Amino acid sequence: MSDTVLSVRNISKSFGGIRAVNDVSFEVGKGEVLGLIGPNGSGKSTLFNCVLGQLRPDQGEVHVNGKPVAGMRACDLNRLGVGRTFQQLSVFPEMTVLDNIILAGQEHKGTMWSRLFGSADAGLSGEADRLIEFFRLRHLRQEKAGSLSYGQQKLLDAAMAFMAGPDLVLLDEPAGGVNLTMLGNLKERLQTYNRDHGTTFVVIEHNMEFVMSLCTRVIVLAEGSIIAEGSPEEVRSNQQVIDAYLGG
Amino acid sequence: MAIIPKWAFILVGIVLLVLAPIGQGNYVALILCSWLMYTIAAMGLNLTLGYAGQISLAQGSFMAIGAYITALLTLSGVHWLVAMPLAVLGCFIVGLLVGFPALRVKGHFLAFVTLAFNTLVVLVLRNEDWLTGGSYGKSNMPRPDFWLFNTGTKSTFLSIPLSSNQKMYYLCLAVFIVFALLMYGLIRSPWGRAFKGLRENPIRAESLGLDTRRLTLLAFAIGSAAGGLAGALVSPVVQYIEPNSFALQHSLRILLMVVVGGSGFFFGPMLGAAVVILLPEFLRFTEGYYLIIYSGLVIVLMVYSPSGLMGVGSRIVAAVRPKRVARTDMKEGAQL
Amino acid sequence: MAQFLQVLLSGLATGSIYALAAIGFTLLWQAAQTVNFAQGEFVMLPAFFVLIAMGLGLPLPVALLVALAVSVFVLGYLFKRLIVEPMKASKTGGGLPLVIATMSLAIFLKEGVKEFYGAEAQPYPELVSGGSWDVFGAIVSVTDIAHLAISLGVVVLLTLFLNRTRTGRAMQATAQNPDVAKILGVDTKRMVLYTFLINAALATLASFLITPFYLAKFSNGEYLGLIAFIAAIVGGFNQIRGALAGGLLIGVLDNMTATYVTAEYRAAVPLVLLIVIILWRPEGLLGTSEGRSV
Repeated sequence: MSDTVLSVRNISKSFGGIRAVNDVSFEVGKGEVLGLIGPNGSGKSTLFNCVLGQLRPDQGEVHVNGKPVAGMRACDLNRLGVGRTFQQLSVFPEMTVLDNIILAGQEHKGTMWSRLFGSADAGLSGEADRLIEFFRLRHLRQEKAGSLSYGQQKLLDAAMAFMAGPDLVLLDEPAGGVNLTMLGNLKERLQTYNRDHGTTFVVIEHNMEFVMSLCTRVIVLAEGSIIAEGSPEEVRSNQQVIDAYLGG
Repeated sequence: MAIIPKWAFILVGIVLLVLAPIGQGNYVALILCSWLMYTIAAMGLNLTLGYAGQISLAQGSFMAIGAYITALLTLSGVHWLVAMPLAVLGCFIVGLLVGFPALRVKGHFLAFVTLAFNTLVVLVLRNEDWLTGGSYGKSNMPRPDFWLFNTGTKSTFLSIPLSSNQKMYYLCLAVFIVFALLMYGLIRSPWGRAFKGLRENPIRAESLGLDTRRLTLLAFAIGSAAGGLAGALVSPVVQYIEPNSFALQHSLRILLMVVVGGSGFFFGPMLGAAVVILLPEFLRFTEGYYLIIYSGLVIVLMVYSPSGLMGVGSRIVAAVRPKRVARTDMKEGAQL
Repeated sequence: MAQFLQVLLSGLATGSIYALAAIGFTLLWQAAQTVNFAQGEFVMLPAFFVLIAMGLGLPLPVALLVALAVSVFVLGYLFKRLIVEPMKASKTGGGLPLVIATMSLAIFLKEGVKEFYGAEAQPYPELVSGGSWDVFGAIVSVTDIAHLAISLGVVVLLTLFLNRTRTGRAMQATAQNPDVAKILGVDTKRMVLYTFLINAALATLASFLITPFYLAKFSNGEYLGLIAFIAAIVGGFNQIRGALAGGLLIGVLDNMTATYVTAEYRAAVPLVLLIVIILWRPEGLLGTSEGRSV
């Protein structure tokens, strides 16, 4: 595939004697929405951290847009075109929604010096407003992020990941703690964004319903290895997957 | 508030500041100088602590470094206009170095490292007699002569007699206004936003492409440079410096100014410095008791309004806003 | 060699007194996440209670007891009740504002003593005064030995109390995980109060032992407080034995530097040690990086 955004090749990682991830390989192409699922302790988080460059795998390589990411600092990874969200809410509570969004994009605009001497919004107000509009937060534009409801903060959190126009967005349990209405809202927005911009997503999630309806492809991990891979329908009916989840 | 624009307040404030020393004696002029100098130092610390969330107990030592650099240079004949930027630059560099521990440790530990640094600086100043004059310090630093405006002598301006001290006050005021404008520009710029991001959620900030290491170092360096600027004024204003005038307790005083005023509020340090410098003058009738009363008041203020005097104000204005100080929200940056 | 032994021993003696203050500091940190910037003043103040009590005509032993009781009440109970508790209760008060409040408390106590008792250093009675012994040619001061014995004895008793008694274990549980302790039926509020009382008592004891060296002066706390912090951090912020080791280490280092290296930069040694330790091993020499175990 020439338009591979993320490629994971033969990743293994052990902690002490325990092999958390065992020879995992996969590729994600442009515009794909990949779900990464598996029971607790299946190695999802370890794999995720290897992809983020936070953990250096014992073996194997991770490339984003053809560049190796092992040991890369989070800020450099972001500049490479990778946006992410966190399991817990991760916004800047004392800043306005608008400032949160602008902050998410300003490092990608201009130079250190133009950001010091240039305009206060780094020329991002228009873009920020479009994104705020897109995530339906316009009425909250000047509110402090910390005063938003949980669901609204979750939307803001997601919006921040998109501000820099990334090629790849890693979503870490986006559905966690979000109520049903908001969940539908979030999913719909993510799908629309994916369709409009062709951004690639990798989603780690516990909520099966959410993964199955959002993703175009699903990878199932169990005990550090990939046990199934395919479209949501294929995975759903896979006997091995059912066994893994039911503790077979 | 909304009817009278903000700039009108600021204009009135500047006019008051210009009129303040006229007709007053030398003592008042010196007190006002000291207020402005400490405000500059406190605004620097406010950047490091209030905006960027990095605690520092070493601001006094940067005033010391700035003051000694200026004193040594001006005593050897260099003009203040040259000495001052060098003092600022020197503090910027040392501040950058002091910032490195902040990359490893946070919160209380950082407070202790900076506290130790401050004490070390005082020790060096005291022991290296050949350079610093030891415990006797340096004295008789010349006041700068700006050709048309010689701060070292008396003169008359529009038939208003101006003493040398009053002229020094105007120098402080000019430096302060320029500095405040620069600081305001910095806070409003994307850099200011990045500093706030560092304070509120460093992990998230890093994931958005912000180089938090560089930001931390810059927060220290810029804050320290402001301390150096204040020191560069101390030297010609006081004309006598010795190590103990920059001991730990002065760093604590500057920290008090920031917190009492309200850390993270732009005008907080002005208010805080006013309280710390000017209040004792009003409490002079209490004689030796003023520090007791003052420290007692600070304790009460901290117990009832942890976000300082500006916090009291904004609490009255907007009752519902949740306030956070420094890094209480560390746990929100997810650890995966 | 004889001189070395002397320097070492007197260093250990002073160090063990530092350790008392450092241990109190650590306990407060563990149980209430309170960094007490007034710890030095907590050591300075009780000596004046003794002087006041003696000024009222009480004999020394009674004066000591009175001073202990007053200190535990003021520096333990009132400190917690009037300052720490209200600030902990507010959402924002626990961090920097509490630091500022304890700093202000330090000024308050210092200035209070200066105004109400006097700025002059006051002579202060030695608890143990004695001659000296000749051990292998080294002159060993009995006072030093007594100080070392008393301090270490107290530390041993404290450790036994924390590990062997029901209350002590409840205190440890509270320090480690207040929520779980509460569920298990521990009266955590009471345990935190005990911690404050113990801290005050340790500071008082340190005061009794160290004041004869410096004479009683309002500014004594500045240096002592700094040393207590440094000892606690160098040894390990979350360990009693860490604070003990840190105190002893600093006492010895301090004496050694003054004797063998430089008297001018004597005060710099603990500071440099602090910076190096914080950068190299933030959890301290004996500390553990996770948890807050006693």
